[in-house]
Amino acid sequence: MAEPAFSLRTSDRLRRRQLVSRAMGAVAVGAALLAVAVLAIVVISVAHRGAGALNLDFFTQSQAQGFNPNGGGVLFAIVGSAVLVGIATLIALPLGVLVAIFISELAPPHLARIARMALDITNGIPTIVIGIFVFTMLMAIHGQQSAIAGSLALAIIMLPLVARATEEVLLLVPSSLREASLALGVSRWRTTLQVVVPSALGGILTGTTLAIARAAGETAPLLFLTSLGVSSHADANPFHPLQSLTLVIFTYFDVPALQTKAWAAAFVLMCFVLFTSLAAKLALARYRKKLGG
Amino acid sequence: MEAIRTKIEVAGAGLRPVVGERQAVFEARDVSVFYGDQLAIDNVNIDIYQHLITAIIGPSGCGKSTFIRTLNRMTDLVPGARLSGQVRYRGIDLYGPGVDAVEVRRRIGMVFQKPNPFPKSIYDNVAYGLRILGMRNGLDERVERALRSAALWDEVKDRLGDTALGLSGGQQQRLCIARAIAVEPEVILFDEPASALDPISTSAIEDLMHELKRDYTLVIVTHNMQQAARVADMTAFFGLEVAPDESRRGVLVEYDETEKIFTNPSDKRTEDYITGRFG
Repeated sequence: MAEPAFSLRTSDRLRRRQLVSRAMGAVAVGAALLAVAVLAIVVISVAHRGAGALNLDFFTQSQAQGFNPNGGGVLFAIVGSAVLVGIATLIALPLGVLVAIFISELAPPHLARIARMALDITNGIPTIVIGIFVFTMLMAIHGQQSAIAGSLALAIIMLPLVARATEEVLLLVPSSLREASLALGVSRWRTTLQVVVPSALGGILTGTTLAIARAAGETAPLLFLTSLGVSSHADANPFHPLQSLTLVIFTYFDVPALQTKAWAAAFVLMCFVLFTSLAAKLALARYRKKLGG
Repeated sequence: MEAIRTKIEVAGAGLRPVVGERQAVFEARDVSVFYGDQLAIDNVNIDIYQHLITAIIGPSGCGKSTFIRTLNRMTDLVPGARLSGQVRYRGIDLYGPGVDAVEVRRRIGMVFQKPNPFPKSIYDNVAYGLRILGMRNGLDERVERALRSAALWDEVKDRLGDTALGLSGGQQQRLCIARAIAVEPEVILFDEPASALDPISTSAIEDLMHELKRDYTLVIVTHNMQQAARVADMTAFFGLEVAPDESRRGVLVEYDETEKIFTNPSDKRTEDYITGRFG
């Protein structure tokens, strides 16, 4: 039998291509590992450094007044954070969803473009600027610091995140569903409310969770809106200035004796964010299961 | 009601004409639709009669779907779409001043090419329109009646709470028909209702249409000529006309009783199309 005129063995060119391919694959895996490693290192070192202060008292006591080297617990910082972020979410979520509905369902294309750009710019404003702005505007009227003012600043930070995430999922809702509802003689608004938004609930929830995580971690806009002049460390009234986890980290870290507690508070904050996103995922999974889709 | 039923049976027995003294539900007069500058259908004139099934056939891009969507103002939803001429529904100009598209669509229902159930339960899919339109009394009975009319009740009665997305394509399409029937329209428009379905589901939908024409006026757009021949009393053939500047527009070539269209068409273009020489 004659030798065939071609070879099916690996040629040099192919060997080189395979090498490049393998190298690029390795780089990609490395980058992924690095990302996970950074997270792991941060979580582990925060937990490790804060571990000494993580006991029952830390969670059940309020902060000590003045410069007590003991420092006390973070109960009301947790409560304050929850109040601040909770009120901010109550403002930003409905507003953000409405803005998204305007952009994706109602606005003519050129207005939608302008609104989208405005949101992106808002998203880019440094949070300290938002803090100063709310401080000047609100203090002038209200005359005193309050958690509400802090929540307002956080809501401004959350709004573009919620709106943009929602808008993107609204665009993914198939137009055949809108048609189905409109063809039944249902108005556009009812269709949006009853068909489009529920179909996009998953994305809205994800966007809101991200925004909550972002707001919970904000310090800058809170500094002069709710932290300066905190008179009581055991308060949950949103009309008073309240403590928050980020502010506790900020103030404790300055005092060498309280640094362990600052780490512990940081750990609590991370868990807060983690639980929020887990809860949202769980709620979503349950909702999806109900729909069977 | 009795009189009409008798007339249909007489018509079915082969006595002509099919239309007889039937009332025209739709009268389209010089209807042209533009998408931006593009003329999609040109000067369509047609009467569509009560309690008949009217099929609209023709090659792709001839404006069949565009035309059927003018009948319940779904054309409004296309940005840049414009209509000239008149579409009269029981004598009222659908595009006249003060006519609300939402009200129009409540009376003139539509079933689409791809089954599009809501991601809700089977029950809620049918109840959706009823709840929103305020037809809440006897909701359960209304839902059951609609599902029975759509020949779906026996298959789903034990799992009304299950998601509609778990149904087969054919069942989903019948659910969409039930959803349309539930709000008690007078006309149901079918935009290629079986083109995404297998032959068995298709035949179920066709049988269903025969049942439905007793109570409703039906208009169906279809790609499938055999389907038109099987279900329709009247058939309109839309063709493509190429203008000197190469732009294409849909025109109504011929409209007649289905049997005439398929056995003895008056227009050469119809004959070419149904004998497969074109399209």
